[in-house]
Amino acid sequence: MAVQALDTARLPVDWAKLVQKLALPTALFVVAYGVVPAYASGYLVEAILLPFLALSLAAVGLNLLTGYCGQLSLGSSAFMAVGAFGAYNFNLRVEGLPLAVTMILAGISAAGFGVVFGLPSLRLRGFYLAVSTLAAQFFVQWALTKFGWFSNDNPSGVVSAPHLAVAGLSLDSATGRYLLSVTTVILITVLVSRLVNSATGRNFIAVRDNETAARVIGVPVLKTKLLAFALSSFIIGVAGVLWAFTYLRTVEPAGFNLDRSFQILFIIIIGGLASIRGAFLGAAFIVVFPLFLSRLGAFVFGGLFDSGVLDMSQRIVLGALIIIFLIAEPNGLSALFDRLKRRIGSRSS
Amino acid sequence: MSYYDFLFVIEVLVGGLLSGVMYSLVAIGFVLIYKTSGVLNFAQGSMVLFAALTFVSLVERRVPFALSLLITFAVMVALGFTIERTVLRPLVNRSPMTLFMATLGLSYIIEGAAQLIWGTQVHGLDLGIDDTPFEVGGVLISSFDLLAAAIAAAMVAGLSAFFYWTRIGLAFRAVADDQFAALAVGLRLPRIWGTVWTAAGFVALVAGLLWGARLGVQFSLSLIVLKALPVLVLGGFDSILGAIVGGLIIGASEKLAEVYLGPFVGGGIEGWFAYALALVVLLVRPSGLFGQKTVERV
Repeated sequence: MAVQALDTARLPVDWAKLVQKLALPTALFVVAYGVVPAYASGYLVEAILLPFLALSLAAVGLNLLTGYCGQLSLGSSAFMAVGAFGAYNFNLRVEGLPLAVTMILAGISAAGFGVVFGLPSLRLRGFYLAVSTLAAQFFVQWALTKFGWFSNDNPSGVVSAPHLAVAGLSLDSATGRYLLSVTTVILITVLVSRLVNSATGRNFIAVRDNETAARVIGVPVLKTKLLAFALSSFIIGVAGVLWAFTYLRTVEPAGFNLDRSFQILFIIIIGGLASIRGAFLGAAFIVVFPLFLSRLGAFVFGGLFDSGVLDMSQRIVLGALIIIFLIAEPNGLSALFDRLKRRIGSRSS
Repeated sequence: MSYYDFLFVIEVLVGGLLSGVMYSLVAIGFVLIYKTSGVLNFAQGSMVLFAALTFVSLVERRVPFALSLLITFAVMVALGFTIERTVLRPLVNRSPMTLFMATLGLSYIIEGAAQLIWGTQVHGLDLGIDDTPFEVGGVLISSFDLLAAAIAAAMVAGLSAFFYWTRIGLAFRAVADDQFAALAVGLRLPRIWGTVWTAAGFVALVAGLLWGARLGVQFSLSLIVLKALPVLVLGGFDSILGAIVGGLIIGASEKLAEVYLGPFVGGGIEGWFAYALALVVLLVRPSGLFGQKTVERV
């Protein structure tokens, strides 16, 4: 009798709650696969959505390492470069390798690289580690420019991305590249959001919050850190593939410089550390904001200022925004978004 | 090894040591701020650029040398206190990482502002030091580098004297030792931080003049921050002595590596060699050569 009562108590589905829970993912899904491919203009896809998706993915990767595991890295774009050049070379040198396999292999090479440069984290803390990740940045850029093999001995060092196809279907059009990008990003994001709520994710957070305490309660600190480096680099490497293959359509070392690493770091600061949604909000902001600012500059001042002045003002505004966010909203756009939602929620109820 | 080979090694070594002093010059600015506030100030490089650019633009506008120096110093003082007021004070008691990221943002602002105000073209800077190399026992030494080293030595001596024999220097050391204790005995942290940033601004000015005279005053001047970081890591973030010794080690080994190791890997290794070297040292001594050991507590 008691069992039956329990069952009937559990049986009625809370439809309202279920709908509420599924509404946002469904809406995003419909927009990503229905509305955007059908209605978005070429400009929107090429200039905004493709860089947004690649940077979001890179930010998700860095967030795993910095936001969740607390290891500051200034070498993200090195791992992007390893991913991009890895994918280029796997594609070039292995006949008929499927695109998905190429991307996974590229991610794995980036992960291997990440583990090597993550090894110092076993000894180093904080800034000492951050500076040592710069070594990755400079070394990778040097190696890729120095050894022609990586760019197939192309004299300029700039190589164009290969033809993209999945199961015989060409993805070279803007929409095709978008679909490839969005699918990769969704897949990895779903996996990451599962991961951060698992035991591994909690280990990451434990190491971030207090390494010594984590060790005392039995978290395998070394393994956790290296895992964070490997996973983060894998994701950033795949993001590098997307950046080079779907957005730029060229692979070149110069695109993966220190400024790119900082850009990704800025994304997770502005978006919110240790928040997956933050990575997307931050990336959207970083991509759209300069476009908006230059439009605004052109609209308000006309052709009064040259592009140099505009460029400098953009730098200043970006720097100021970083500081303002750190002071006023340390949890980033993600927290801002939550507060907004609560306010709207409390008003309607 | 023949006598001339030996002389060549010595020459490379001396050249390296002297350029290492130039790295130390930048690194000292970092150490000052790190010691007293625990902030790794990434904006130090852009402060170097800002100081040099302000100075050179004033000189180009026919302001006398000494007056330009004075005005630039005043600007750096204002900058130091403004940074304290607008960036550090609101971020007090936040994690070192947060403060570091704030200085990243700060470096964007200062770089942007410097070039917005003074333009982006390259300025030549002539300090009136002639750069004819002279010979000591068959080894050529750049007189400019030697003078730079002398200036750096004088500055370190001055800073050390300031730290040890003045009241405010004592306050600096108290704050570096324990912020809360310093607050408890009534030291005014905001004012001390402002002063420390001013001191770092002064170091940036000196570094900016010397580096600017060598490379020309332009945007790439702010990139010397990337040269100073391995020096800091090697020497330890909180030791002026470490910054000097680290600079010497990095400068010398970088030049030697470029000459003797570079040809085997295709050259151009100065971009990362210093970092690799610093990493190796860190693996043995995780707080650098002279850095303060951290005690771990739960």
